[in-house]
Amino acid sequence: MARRAEPWQTAEIPGPKKALLINKPEIVSALLKRSKRPILIVGHKAGEVKLSSGSLIDYVIRIADLTKASVTSTPVIQREFIKRNFKRVVGMPIVDIANRLIDKEWKGFNGEGGYDLVVVIGFTYYVSWLILSSLKHFSPQIKTISLDRYYQPHASWSFPNMSLDEWEKNLEVIVKGLEVK
Amino acid sequence: MTSKKKLRIKIGEIRSDIGLLRNLEISVGKIIGEEWAEEVGPTPFPSITDLREWDLKLLQRYKPFYMPFCDLCCLCTFGKCDLTGDKRGACGLNMAGQQSRIVLLACCIGAATHISHARHLVDHLIEKFGRDHPINVGGLNVEVEAPVTRLVCGVKPKTLGDLEGVLDYLERELTRLLSATHTGQEGSNLDFESKVFHAGMIDQVGMEIADIAQISALNFPRADPEAPLAEIGLGVVDTTKPVILVIGHNVPPAAEIIDYLMENGLYGGVEVTGLCCTAHEITRYNPKAKIIGPISWQLRFIRSGIPDVIIVDEQCIRADTLIEAQKINAPVIATSDVNCLGLPDRTKDEVNRIVEDLVSGKHPGALILDPAKVGEVSVKTALLIAPKRMKFKAIPDVNDIIEGAKNCRKCNECRRACPNDLPIPEALAQALNGNLNALADLYEECIGCARCESACPIDLPLHSFIVKAAEKRLKEEKYKIRVGRGAIQDIEIRNVGGPIVLGEIPGVVAFVGCANYPKGGKEVAEMAIEFAKRRYIVLASGCAAMSIGMYKDKEGKSPYEIFPGTFDAGGMVNVGSCVANAHIAGAAIKIASIFARRRLRGNYEEIADYVLNRVGAVGVAWGAMSQKAAAIASGFWRLGVPVVVGPHGLKYRRMLLGRKDKNEDWYVYDARTGEKVYVGPVPEHLFYAAETKEEAMVMIAKLCMRPNDTTKGRAVKLSHYIDLSKRFFGTIPDDVHLFVRTLADVPITMRDEIMEILEKKGWKENIIPDPTLLPRLIRRRKGE
Repeated sequence: MARRAEPWQTAEIPGPKKALLINKPEIVSALLKRSKRPILIVGHKAGEVKLSSGSLIDYVIRIADLTKASVTSTPVIQREFIKRNFKRVVGMPIVDIANRLIDKEWKGFNGEGGYDLVVVIGFTYYVSWLILSSLKHFSPQIKTISLDRYYQPHASWSFPNMSLDEWEKNLEVIVKGLEVK
Repeated sequence: MTSKKKLRIKIGEIRSDIGLLRNLEISVGKIIGEEWAEEVGPTPFPSITDLREWDLKLLQRYKPFYMPFCDLCCLCTFGKCDLTGDKRGACGLNMAGQQSRIVLLACCIGAATHISHARHLVDHLIEKFGRDHPINVGGLNVEVEAPVTRLVCGVKPKTLGDLEGVLDYLERELTRLLSATHTGQEGSNLDFESKVFHAGMIDQVGMEIADIAQISALNFPRADPEAPLAEIGLGVVDTTKPVILVIGHNVPPAAEIIDYLMENGLYGGVEVTGLCCTAHEITRYNPKAKIIGPISWQLRFIRSGIPDVIIVDEQCIRADTLIEAQKINAPVIATSDVNCLGLPDRTKDEVNRIVEDLVSGKHPGALILDPAKVGEVSVKTALLIAPKRMKFKAIPDVNDIIEGAKNCRKCNECRRACPNDLPIPEALAQALNGNLNALADLYEECIGCARCESACPIDLPLHSFIVKAAEKRLKEEKYKIRVGRGAIQDIEIRNVGGPIVLGEIPGVVAFVGCANYPKGGKEVAEMAIEFAKRRYIVLASGCAAMSIGMYKDKEGKSPYEIFPGTFDAGGMVNVGSCVANAHIAGAAIKIASIFARRRLRGNYEEIADYVLNRVGAVGVAWGAMSQKAAAIASGFWRLGVPVVVGPHGLKYRRMLLGRKDKNEDWYVYDARTGEKVYVGPVPEHLFYAAETKEEAMVMIAKLCMRPNDTTKGRAVKLSHYIDLSKRFFGTIPDDVHLFVRTLADVPITMRDEIMEILEKKGWKENIIPDPTLLPRLIRRRKGE
């Protein structure tokens, strides 16, 4: 099915440089595997969104467990990670995380160096729209992926707008892709 | 201050040592007869660059973080220019410059609005009450009548006439600022940001001028902690009476309506209701007037058919008010030259002829620029048209909703247009079977913009569907709000100045701004209540003050009935409308002046340094939407007060964020020795957007910490920060070690767990300095 690169919120049209569509979710698995320093940024909606096999945060944890990605979340969802016994999450407000990511001197949460791939998931649409805009303009060295179910034009790669079912199927493919060594 | 606006001396012929002079004419712009003993500080009437050094100090620590809302610039015919990444436009400006330029434009618009509002008010009140009418904002309880004006301009206004010179200054600065946004002017984003601060500062003066003028001349409550309670909510209106609705911010026409009713013995027979800040002002003028709600209640109230005549003044009024009013056959009277709505100017026409044309429907409305005439026309029109209109409404019935649900194409356009992404199609689908609960549930989070309706390809009146579904809730909207009290008394400042500066009152939290909430106004009330219960001083203004009032506890009491209106720990203080925000800044300034006896007059930098380092105040604009809100926030930034906005606030496209991981950013001078001392990231940010209410509350508690806190004060503040973090995030904050200076800072009840963290983080004890960022305030250098 041909997908259109259309922002979910109709008027949120950015400019000439727009995200590539993730038509095949396997691309995400490949990008995550290829990345030397990936980071997952998780928003508060990851605990609210219910999918057939659990909450969105469960997919996040599965993806995190299958990669070497650092994980950071907005503080309010930290307790959800703790509940699931996932400990390697750094709680930090999204504006603070993004403000560090645009700093080329920043050495990352573990002091080992900056990140080359940022994956965002679980955010209010316009929040990640703006945060991804900042990263697009001020940290060109970083590639960004939006794994939320709506098209995010400021990311490097984004899903198109899709139904909840389709979205879950795509997330499942990404997880399966990561399971293949 | 005594001043005369202009002095002109004309001499026909004079002989002097230098010869014979003929037709000598001397013109002096303004004479100030000074009666104020306080020494003038370094920056009275500061120009754009006079406080630049202070701004750059702030911007060095709180660096701008830009989130471009548009990748292009289309402000000149070179464009559109693509500024993506590090590209520059045809004029040479890059993306950071362009974003800061847009922020400056927004703040200039905001400041212009308040300053022009102030100018209109002052001109009108001088015409009515005379130039010598005294400024009186609190009688003997308020000696520092205009703290912001004293601080910025170095003058002490005593009469309405004294305010004119201050307005001249503000208008001049505003023109300079706006000129800086022209193509080929300012090129540095940091200099744009400094100008943003300047716009905010003059905006604050403009707001103060407007509010002290109207308090003085219109007898609004004068710094009264026990200002009366007024009714608020859509359900409080007596719909059996003719209803006049006033919308906007600028009170003269609304005040004249009340005067006309009173003078003619008609007040009990007509309901005067208001939306947005004019609503605040009419209750300050007469607490029997009624507030319908914040700005987002405009469409729902008009469509309800309850108002018989609608009076609009200026600011935040829907541009389609006339169209909406025509749907319910209610005439509109426009009263401001900045908002004429395309209506014929009837200012000079005879009252009864205007009334006849409005009542007969010959004209849908009229522009009347004479407030007294507005008063008479509005009342006469309401009385005559009410029996004809019979509250004709534009709200559909349940069958219309079901029919609409049948026709819905499920295209999702409504949801995609909704700022809060509300699931309108899903709710409408449920309505197919007559179940309106899901639609009714949307009401709480709907901001009333009706973008859903504009987007609908088959023109379903979706906002009205939501309002109809929630009809029962609307009728139950009956609350109480304490009328805006205006200034804070000097004695209140004396009582709490010490506990605030020493940190024993954990903070002053001001809920201000518009109603563009991510999840409804209830969140603002919940936050305000939480901080009042924790014995913070809670202030409120504008739409946020209304949202706090539109909340009831289990006993049916609103927060203004639960908490006292005093500026004290656990107080819930409604200062009033948007322009009353100046009293919040004024309170912080008066702490420095009255409590700490710092010189105020033209001494901006020192006072801002004091506020930043000692006064644990935070502004919260949870639903900030407008350019005015942007200007208000920027006034607080320059004064050293951090501001937290809700997630929609990210669309202001720039935050001012500190980096707690950069130790070098958090040094201050110890004024006692000149030594540079690390004080930790306090306050961590100057402008910050939170995603959720919970995140905001933890951040507010954190931002109340200041370098000057005593150990007892810091322990109190830390315990709130940690407690809120545990409650909302399920964990102790990982940065807690950064806020502990000595072991005495550690809250006793949390000692064990904090000590464990301190040990793990390799924490070292530090001294508590007499903090300042200004080398000139160092009293003695080390070794001297």
